Amino acid sequence: MPRPGFVLDVDRSTPPTLFWRGEGFSLERLPADRSRIIYPPEPLAGLDNLDGHIRDALLNPLDMDPLPELLKPDMKLTICFDDASLSLPKMQRPDNRQRIIEAVLDMAAEAGVDDVHIIAALGLHRRMHEYELRHVLGDRIVDAFLPKGYLYQHDAEDPDNLAVIGHTDEGEILEINKRAAESDLVVYANVNQVAMDGGWKSLTTGLASYRCLSVHHNPASLQNTRSLMDRHHSALHKSIWRMGKLLRDSGPKVFQVETTINTEAFPAPFEFLAKREWEWTAKDRSLFLASSKSLNKLPNRTKRKIFHNIEAPYRTTSVHAGFTETVHEKTLENVYKQHIVEVEGQTDILTMGIPFISPYNPESIMNPILVMCMGLGYLFNMYRGKPLVREGGVVIMTHPTYEEFHPVHHPSYIDFFDEVLADTTDPAEMSTKWEKKYAEDEWYRHLYRTSYAYHGVHPFYAWYWGAHGQQHAGKVIIVGGYAAAVRKLGFTPASTMNDALEIASDTVGRSPTISHLHVPGVLVADVK
Amino acid sequence: MVGRTTRTYIRRAQRPHGTSATIATAQRAAGAVEGAVRTVAKPLAKYGFPYRRPAAPRGVVVPREPDTLGGAYDTEWARRPVARAVRGFILEAPMRVAVKTIASPTVSGLDRLSDLLRTDDGERPAPVIFAPNHHSHIDTGVMIRSIPAAWRRELIVGAAADYFFDARWKAALSALALNAIPIDREATSRSTFDRLRDLIADGHSLIIYPEGGRSPDGWGQDFKGGAAYLSMRTGAPIIPVHIDGTGEIFGKGASKLSPGRTSVVFGTPLTVDDAENTRRFNERIEAAVTRLGDETLTDWWTATRNAAQGRSPSLSGPDHNGWRRQWTLGEKRRLSTAGIRRRRSRRWPDLG
Repeated sequence: MPRPGFVLDVDRSTPPTLFWRGEGFSLERLPADRSRIIYPPEPLAGLDNLDGHIRDALLNPLDMDPLPELLKPDMKLTICFDDASLSLPKMQRPDNRQRIIEAVLDMAAEAGVDDVHIIAALGLHRRMHEYELRHVLGDRIVDAFLPKGYLYQHDAEDPDNLAVIGHTDEGEILEINKRAAESDLVVYANVNQVAMDGGWKSLTTGLASYRCLSVHHNPASLQNTRSLMDRHHSALHKSIWRMGKLLRDSGPKVFQVETTINTEAFPAPFEFLAKREWEWTAKDRSLFLASSKSLNKLPNRTKRKIFHNIEAPYRTTSVHAGFTETVHEKTLENVYKQHIVEVEGQTDILTMGIPFISPYNPESIMNPILVMCMGLGYLFNMYRGKPLVREGGVVIMTHPTYEEFHPVHHPSYIDFFDEVLADTTDPAEMSTKWEKKYAEDEWYRHLYRTSYAYHGVHPFYAWYWGAHGQQHAGKVIIVGGYAAAVRKLGFTPASTMNDALEIASDTVGRSPTISHLHVPGVLVADVK
Repeated sequence: MVGRTTRTYIRRAQRPHGTSATIATAQRAAGAVEGAVRTVAKPLAKYGFPYRRPAAPRGVVVPREPDTLGGAYDTEWARRPVARAVRGFILEAPMRVAVKTIASPTVSGLDRLSDLLRTDDGERPAPVIFAPNHHSHIDTGVMIRSIPAAWRRELIVGAAADYFFDARWKAALSALALNAIPIDREATSRSTFDRLRDLIADGHSLIIYPEGGRSPDGWGQDFKGGAAYLSMRTGAPIIPVHIDGTGEIFGKGASKLSPGRTSVVFGTPLTVDDAENTRRFNERIEAAVTRLGDETLTDWWTATRNAAQGRSPSLSGPDHNGWRRQWTLGEKRRLSTAGIRRRRSRRWPDLG
């Protein structure tokens, strides 16, 4: 029976706690008697016979007819799937998306459906490399569909292959992939790692155009998103749900398949990362010492190679299929069952270790903008109710924040860092002053469409993701970060955790209370 | 200098030369060996019984010794630690190199086995029965090297009792190198079944060729029910496997190896349904291997659609006999893994 998450009050006997530092980690001692560490729940047990559960979900969907009854020989069937931004780290093969799509195609074959397209719903993310497609979909699907052109990736900048479904009551445009819009049935294969994902967001962002995404991916929406993990209090999700309603009424029939995974993210020899420090065995301690010392000696490139090669032994905890909204409610129940930790009240300081990966750098470099996005966008938003840190409090992150960018994946991030951040770090100001220039830049557009680059506007979205955290926190400190890069982000650099606490005292006084978000695994603090 | 050259010439001239001289030398050597053997054996002949086999008295019927070959060959010794260690070396060193060199297999479909391979606390995965099609003696080597290591260590190969266990040396070699156990091709005896069941209960996985023997003409044969029956009785899932290309490398009747490329495709594990008898289950296994064969020639989606519409090309080929059967086989080979090899080996560009 996995143990639930809990809050540990730090005293003098508490061992130092683990902090991620990008492609490495460290142990930090937090001040006794005024610090607390929030530990995530242990991974839930997975489903046995997952393929059987998937088939069962397709045959007994929620609020829809069984999938075989929706499949007709002369129909247009489009299958969409989440891109490489899920899961993190990537899951061991076979990926859930492969299992779902193979099960759907088995049924489509039995029904005699010939016209099948498979589309990677990547929104404005970079296109997936073929090896990533093979990892996510398996060789069988890729070999059968890719050479014939029936497996491809959504292009949000292809005017010939976009179709406007309509406008919501609030005037928001819904423009999605034309093939999906004209299909008799769209099946969406999803892997749900956090509560932010899934539901209508899968299709209305994954297959959307830039002008459709910009409706809700903007500073105003994201500053009113409290939080990204609580869709009922998220302006972003409310906008997306309005689009979902429009899609339901005027768009193609959507058959959503969602799976939830547990938090078993690290195989041997990194299993100790998910353990509570006082339960580390001699072997765990040896592995920590050996890996942290040797990682410190390695060049960044090698470290990244090691970490991005990790394949997580996740187990799937639930599978639901059918009408998107009903399915997503069930998904959220299961996600929260894995992630929720009840926490009493806010503190003056929130500390967090920033890992080597974020949704926007699979197989890539965690550049400074993504450090901000991961810290203030994702980890800060891991709450329901109130943020873990009080308004005007301090957020302390640990990350090397090197000024390194992946030239193929993140070309517009480089210019954003040099040009936009030199001018302003205010999301609203950069939105009005700079966003259009980057979004409509022909070279970025070309790289997004033909190479493996994120869309030109993507660094803005990554920045907006942290807009709520940026607005809420009085100061943000990065421990161990490259000082010039940290200052450019508008944050304060510190060499050690003690220095950071000293710097924070200017804002929150000499004896602030501290919350530490223990990563990995994943948790959502239900702050009362 | 001159004198030395002359001496060399003379020595060469004095040598016996030509074929007849070589034969004469060989005959002399053979005679010497024969004489030596006779000299050694003579004392034993002199001493007679019990140093030599006794002659049976006239009128007495000597009872036959129990048969210890064929299906009765006891392979228990081959699963003891020393034999396991030797086999471990054989599989990981010479067999690995030989399979790579001769067959160069491309293995796919292992992801279909991931649920069976994934066990808690590092336990051994549950035993399974691999049911591949069979074209060549090298199928076994290719299979052993393609099967995931977690099963390979405890793998047993069902081998034809009348072929691999008809002589003591062959039986010993098969048992040691392949961990083979004899299976009667014509009728599976109770004792063979009991032995296989006990081995599965002990955690061993099996390779059984449901066709019962190698393809005689390049096309497959109907599946016999042994594997299905064993799976029903033991609960071990059947893993259908399709091997392609081995028939072209060393098919039945071939006298020499023609190294080439092969492919091995593992299918989704099958277990017997509640309302299924052996015959139905066997048909399902055959259909699964047939579908994998189609997948090898085309792609997964085409094979899936063909299977759903009952159009998968039969493994056993067309019904007609004679040259038309071979002709159709040629068409199949052009698409198969062996065909890829031939196309790649073209020396001149195809100018149309």
